[in-house]
Amino acid sequence: MSTVLSAPLEVGFDYTRSLGPVLGRFFTGLRERRIEGVRGSDGRVHVPPVEYDPVTADPLTEFVPVGEEGTVVSWSWMSEPLEAQPLTRPFAWALIKLDGADTPMLHAVDAGSPEHVHTGLRVRVRWADEPVGHIRDIAYFVPVGAPDGTAPEPPPAADREGIMIAPVHLHYQHSASPEESRYLEALAEGRLIGQRCPACGKVYIPPRGACPVDGVPTEEEVELPDTGIVTTFCIVNVPFLGQRLKPPYVAAYILLDGADIAFLHLVLGCDASEVRMGMRVRAAWKPREEWWTSLENVDHFEPTGEPDAPYESFAHHL
Amino acid sequence: MSDVAVVGFAQAPNVRRTPGTTNGVEMLVPIFAEVFRQTGLSKQDIGFWCSGSSDYLAGRAFSFISAVDAIGAFPPIHESHVEMDAAWALYEAWLKIRMGEVDTALVYGFGKSSAGQLRRVLALQLDPYAVAPLWPDSISIAALQARLGLDAGLWSEKDLAEVAARYRDVDVSSLLDEPYLADPLRPHDVAPITDGAAVIILASAARAKEFAERPALITGIEHRVDTPVLGARDLTRAPSAEAAARAAGASGVEVAELHAPFTHQELILRASLGLDEQVRVNPSGGALTGNPMFAAGLARIGEAAKEIFTGRANRVLAHATSGPALQQNLVAVMEGLD
Repeated sequence: MSTVLSAPLEVGFDYTRSLGPVLGRFFTGLRERRIEGVRGSDGRVHVPPVEYDPVTADPLTEFVPVGEEGTVVSWSWMSEPLEAQPLTRPFAWALIKLDGADTPMLHAVDAGSPEHVHTGLRVRVRWADEPVGHIRDIAYFVPVGAPDGTAPEPPPAADREGIMIAPVHLHYQHSASPEESRYLEALAEGRLIGQRCPACGKVYIPPRGACPVDGVPTEEEVELPDTGIVTTFCIVNVPFLGQRLKPPYVAAYILLDGADIAFLHLVLGCDASEVRMGMRVRAAWKPREEWWTSLENVDHFEPTGEPDAPYESFAHHL
Repeated sequence: MSDVAVVGFAQAPNVRRTPGTTNGVEMLVPIFAEVFRQTGLSKQDIGFWCSGSSDYLAGRAFSFISAVDAIGAFPPIHESHVEMDAAWALYEAWLKIRMGEVDTALVYGFGKSSAGQLRRVLALQLDPYAVAPLWPDSISIAALQARLGLDAGLWSEKDLAEVAARYRDVDVSSLLDEPYLADPLRPHDVAPITDGAAVIILASAARAKEFAERPALITGIEHRVDTPVLGARDLTRAPSAEAAARAAGASGVEVAELHAPFTHQELILRASLGLDEQVRVNPSGGALTGNPMFAAGLARIGEAAKEIFTGRANRVLAHATSGPALQQNLVAVMEGLD
């Protein structure tokens, strides 16, 4: 077995969150450079405010202004800051109890080196240059009396009241299975390969790490033709973000001759209204110089003009 | 209601990095075969299937669906999934048997922690409004918890190194010479990044003896949760672990398998669960020697059950945690069914 194919997978999304009355008030306050906590049923003032009491789960509504200065309750040193953390130079994470609050909040302290941080250290807020109504309107904290430093980039602006945007970007190394890797490598050579389950004999394309009937990896390689039938299909009439074709067009399940499982692809080359179950189709390959390890090498499927397959011949694949 | 016993357990090798997919199939196929061999059961005999894993480890939606292939899930099976450690999947399966719906269940958990940057990925477990947008990583959060205990005099850095040294052939003073990873935590205080998977088979007590010579009867299993607001609870304690242990009837155990990914968390759990010096803690090596995300808690239940299977103990405790800083805790107590 050749080595598996592996590639970076980048995932990014700007989560847009509605804030509700309690958090909305807190974040609006930050934009106006003031900090408000909320009083819990046991009298404790929570900062950041919590919507429901951590002890009784009652909704909380009594807001209490607290100070911009506070005391470090616990800290740890971040010697090599990670992506998207509040500071790009080494800093301390700290639980900070603001003056007037009873519970500490988590944030960063810009202190230069760990020798300058200790439990009990007095710190104060360093506001972001352009507050937008986000937790990062507090850029970080600095020891009381220390110079401010340079504020980091402010977070993306909220475009309306009661909303915050939280970007999430994660990085992965995605690996295909050995079976899938063989399939992708074959595609780069213009071949369609399936693999046969050693237990039930079914041929899967793409091949599978485990047969869904028997739970064992598929093994024996089977070269499949680029002809097959439409088992089921839908006509896409709805426009959506990122759409590459102009509706209407047909997305169909294609069952290659000799395979036991259908995969999703496009059927073009005829009017959408002419596509039907059982229709014979053939792959329309992209020019050879555009091939890579992807089923995108097949641009679409198109009708061959042969007689349709009878329903009974594919009914068990639906 | 039907009592429930653990009758089979297997786990994939705990490794720093597998070449496999994030859907776990490569790790699961061999260990399913192993528990079927142990119990004499086959997939047709399993009444209910439940898994624990996380799409955030895989970086794609519904990644656990592909794992279902490893079961051989056609014709359709009775299946469920939790986005938590699979110990909570075991709880769901336990309920199914308790309710009399089925008399066997297979529970599995898997995670390829190495695919992403684990300590950043875990930041997304935190409050998404006021905490996660700062991207505090999981090791830093644990370090803040460790410092609170140091400042309160509950433990020293030497105490933490002594916990680590129990699982390795090293002396405590050399561990204390190591530089900090996240002051006050050193590398030995932190569980390794681990890919892995685990599987357990449960059966009703009435049938358990058909599948295992000495099943591990679950005499109590409970889970509790503390507030997600890090500042609103005393991080030097685990009140939810304490409550779960009390409800599960945790006294008098000979062995405890604790899911403590950080050295100080083992000390918190020993205190919260009321474990004295008589109790053998983590004979398996615990999470500090291998911490496959979303499987490590289930593996603790399996490792504790193994003490019963082999006759090394008659009454054992297993603990699992999920979420930041021991926020959610599950405790199971098991006894030999002779």
